[in-house]
Amino acid sequence: MTEVSMTVNGKPVKADVPDNTLLVQFIRENLRLTGTHVGCDTSQCGACVVHLNGKAVKSCATLAVAANGADVTTIEGLANGEMHPMQTAFKENHGLQCGFCTPGMIMTATDMVARYDANGKELTEAAIREELEGNICRCTGYHNIVKAIADGASKMASS
Amino acid sequence: MSEGIGARVLRKEDKRFLIGKGRYTDDIIEQNQAYAAFVRSPHAHAIVKSIDASAAEAMDGVVAVLNGAGLTGDGIGNIICGWGVTSKDGSPMNMGAWSALATDKVRYVGDAVAIVIADSIDQARLAAEAVEVDYEALPVVVQSDAALEDGAPQIHENAPNNLIFDWEIGEEDATDTALAGAAYTTEMDIVNNRLSPNAMEPRAAIATFNEADDHYTLYTTSQNPHVARLVLSAFYNVAPEHKLRVIAPDVGGGFGSKIYIYPEEIACLWASMKTNRSVKWTSDRTEAFLTDAHGRDHITHAKIGFDKDHKIVGLKVDTKANLGAYMSLFSSATPTYLYATLLSGQYNIANIHCNVKAVYTNTVPVDAYRGAGRPEASYVMERMMETAAREMGVSPTELRRKNFVQEFPHQTPVIMAYDSGDFAANQDQAMKAADYADFEARRTEAASRGKLRGIGFSNYIEACGIAPSAAVGSLGAGVGLWESAEVRVNPVGTIEVLTGSHSHGQGHETTFAQIVAERFGLPTENIQIVHGDTDKVQFGMGTYGSRSGAVGMSAIVKAMDKVEAKVKKIGAHVLEASEDDIIIEDGAVKVKGTDKQMLWHEVGLAAYTAHNIPEGMEPGLKETSFYDPSNFTFPAGCYICEVEVDPETGTTEIVQFVASDDFGTIINPMIVEGQVHGGIAQGIGQALLEGVVYDDSGQLLSASYMDYTMPRADDLPSYSVHHQSTECPGNPLGMKGCGEAGAIGSPPAVINAITDAIGNNDLSMPATPAKVWAAIQAASAKQAAE
Repeated sequence: MTEVSMTVNGKPVKADVPDNTLLVQFIRENLRLTGTHVGCDTSQCGACVVHLNGKAVKSCATLAVAANGADVTTIEGLANGEMHPMQTAFKENHGLQCGFCTPGMIMTATDMVARYDANGKELTEAAIREELEGNICRCTGYHNIVKAIADGASKMASS
Repeated sequence: MSEGIGARVLRKEDKRFLIGKGRYTDDIIEQNQAYAAFVRSPHAHAIVKSIDASAAEAMDGVVAVLNGAGLTGDGIGNIICGWGVTSKDGSPMNMGAWSALATDKVRYVGDAVAIVIADSIDQARLAAEAVEVDYEALPVVVQSDAALEDGAPQIHENAPNNLIFDWEIGEEDATDTALAGAAYTTEMDIVNNRLSPNAMEPRAAIATFNEADDHYTLYTTSQNPHVARLVLSAFYNVAPEHKLRVIAPDVGGGFGSKIYIYPEEIACLWASMKTNRSVKWTSDRTEAFLTDAHGRDHITHAKIGFDKDHKIVGLKVDTKANLGAYMSLFSSATPTYLYATLLSGQYNIANIHCNVKAVYTNTVPVDAYRGAGRPEASYVMERMMETAAREMGVSPTELRRKNFVQEFPHQTPVIMAYDSGDFAANQDQAMKAADYADFEARRTEAASRGKLRGIGFSNYIEACGIAPSAAVGSLGAGVGLWESAEVRVNPVGTIEVLTGSHSHGQGHETTFAQIVAERFGLPTENIQIVHGDTDKVQFGMGTYGSRSGAVGMSAIVKAMDKVEAKVKKIGAHVLEASEDDIIIEDGAVKVKGTDKQMLWHEVGLAAYTAHNIPEGMEPGLKETSFYDPSNFTFPAGCYICEVEVDPETGTTEIVQFVASDDFGTIINPMIVEGQVHGGIAQGIGQALLEGVVYDDSGQLLSASYMDYTMPRADDLPSYSVHHQSTECPGNPLGMKGCGEAGAIGSPPAVINAITDAIGNNDLSMPATPAKVWAAIQAASAKQAAE
């Protein structure tokens, strides 16, 4: 067992966990933040994406102890009260159906927009599709997710 | 009414998913919860000689290790297939025994032999690895054709040669005669590749036995919790129905795979009683590949004949359907009544005969997966039509058009009576949207870039809205396929609709509310849809087969009819008018031609205060309906796929995908388009990427996302989706259903396009770059030899 402490969605948290505890287990089981999902066991599907010190990571491929001292944001902490522009864009573009991949998609999307913005690169449809390499959706055929991310990027730019 | 039928209302259910507050089964924790892990067979076929759990039982945190002998000893029944199919010789199907935990024998890799219950999931998994099972390996067969051969390994004692049934439909002699007299014939061997459904939420279950009142609660990832309760109770003897509550909370996709009642739910319920703990099991993805029912897996030989005017005279189809190691719940219906009955396609065909042999193999059970039988039928028919057109040297669109059914109702020779449609209009719309007229110029331009450009068509038809109960009963179904609804108007006028349909991505909370909003002139925010809990909704048949619109919403309409009738009586009484003069609009009950009215909530209040309602009327405002459809519905459409193939690498890029569908009445175009998008993606996945692969020893080689190619965003195009609707005459809303069309119509369009591009028709799904490249090489070699 190891004591880990980190900031999750702005709140300091601390717990004794077995060394092999994954960050996603820590988030789901210890903190009971169940918006972060587990859809596979090979770090392929991206349902577990959270932000670790501002960058998108797959929390199923990160040990909780490796996040010690880190600042973690999950889907529950993306917005304060109001919906984040990307969340609004997913709703307005029907970018979700069953909702299971959605938190990971949104955490990936906001990271994607921030990176392209920081690098001054244009987030084209082709770029969005390529950037979604690590996120699998079985419901939407991606069409409306791609539209939602483009729309979310515009909304983020103007917010 | 802006939120009524036809409005693009944004989804009411979205918020909780967007902010991470969805409530899926694995998100739930019960008090006193323990965790289950299954001991699974590493062999595809073996005798279980002994199970030694002593080491596992001694491990930290282990509560119990339970096996099949205990399960059957407690009277838990075998898992059954709920649809009896009769062989052509009149004999019943040969259903082999399937125990939730194997006793004597294991029949596929992943077959469960024991369940381990422990305080933590890690402890349960570690202990499962410590259970010693002594297996005696047996020979293995994984392909349906090999399983039928003499001397093949015998999987179930009561199914000689692994044959489950040998079934036929249509007139064989007449079809043979028609084909013998045909001016042109086309014959093909067609394989429909085996798929894994892969809902993103893995299956999960939490079973809780309450010894205080001998009551069980099961949270489960189900598309049809009431059917689960019925089967768990009536057939598996887990608990009587009134002592079993089944809740399917938010469910993360299903695609058919969450219809069935699997060994895990049965074992968890039983284990909960044995251990007096809540028992939670969550599948991991590998386990999902190993245990979720697979789809498709047909080997088919087909022959179609045309007269000198290119009119179809006959179609003969012979199919071997791999049902895996055990018969899953609807496994017998999928390759028979959901497949061969659609082989007439959109065409007027006088003579059809289809023979289906259903076969046991040492693989995961196979059952309905999005489309269920109709994708297989559509693939046979539309590959045949395109190929025949090429062989006869005629236009594939004109050949189809010449053979379209044009008058309705149309009785096919294979049971179905098509009720409506305008196939030519769908084709026209698709061709226009795809700019077909200009295709050859695009092909030439692509050639100048070294790319092979091709175009392919698919004119699919399917049967949805399953189904008239008496009709399916006569065909062997063990249940009726009606749907129920209860419309509760509260005293304050808000409405709860309880439905037996189950939404796991389809947006029922929005579309179902829209039809209520339309009827009573209320905002959708005043309407709540309740589903997925057997304690709340009395009964229902669930969501699959694109039935929730045509059947589920029809039940709501019928219940609303009754509500409306009572509201009009109350309105007439209070407003002192004739019932015939009462109208309901804009959230008010009005006397036609006057300014007298009651607001909707005033009617609700009147019904519940009962101070002033017609004499003899019962107080309250709540009505129920069970709606049984009169016919299947027949969504149909035309899909066009345009591809560019890189001859150097065999890589296919889909440069255009056009869909023109006839779904009848559309409640919410935004949601319908989303359903089509997702279906097309799964169809393109089948055509280009996906395939379950077993090796000869029965090991599943495609058991992770590293090995099974799921379509990702950059594999797929944006889709051009259109509608050309004819109203369905069979239900009150005129709906046909849209959930599966995309997956049904798209695979043949993709393969027709690639084979058009490369000039070689010999190509199987998934058309991977390696296969396409080899087909290009073969075509070049053939050309050189000529």
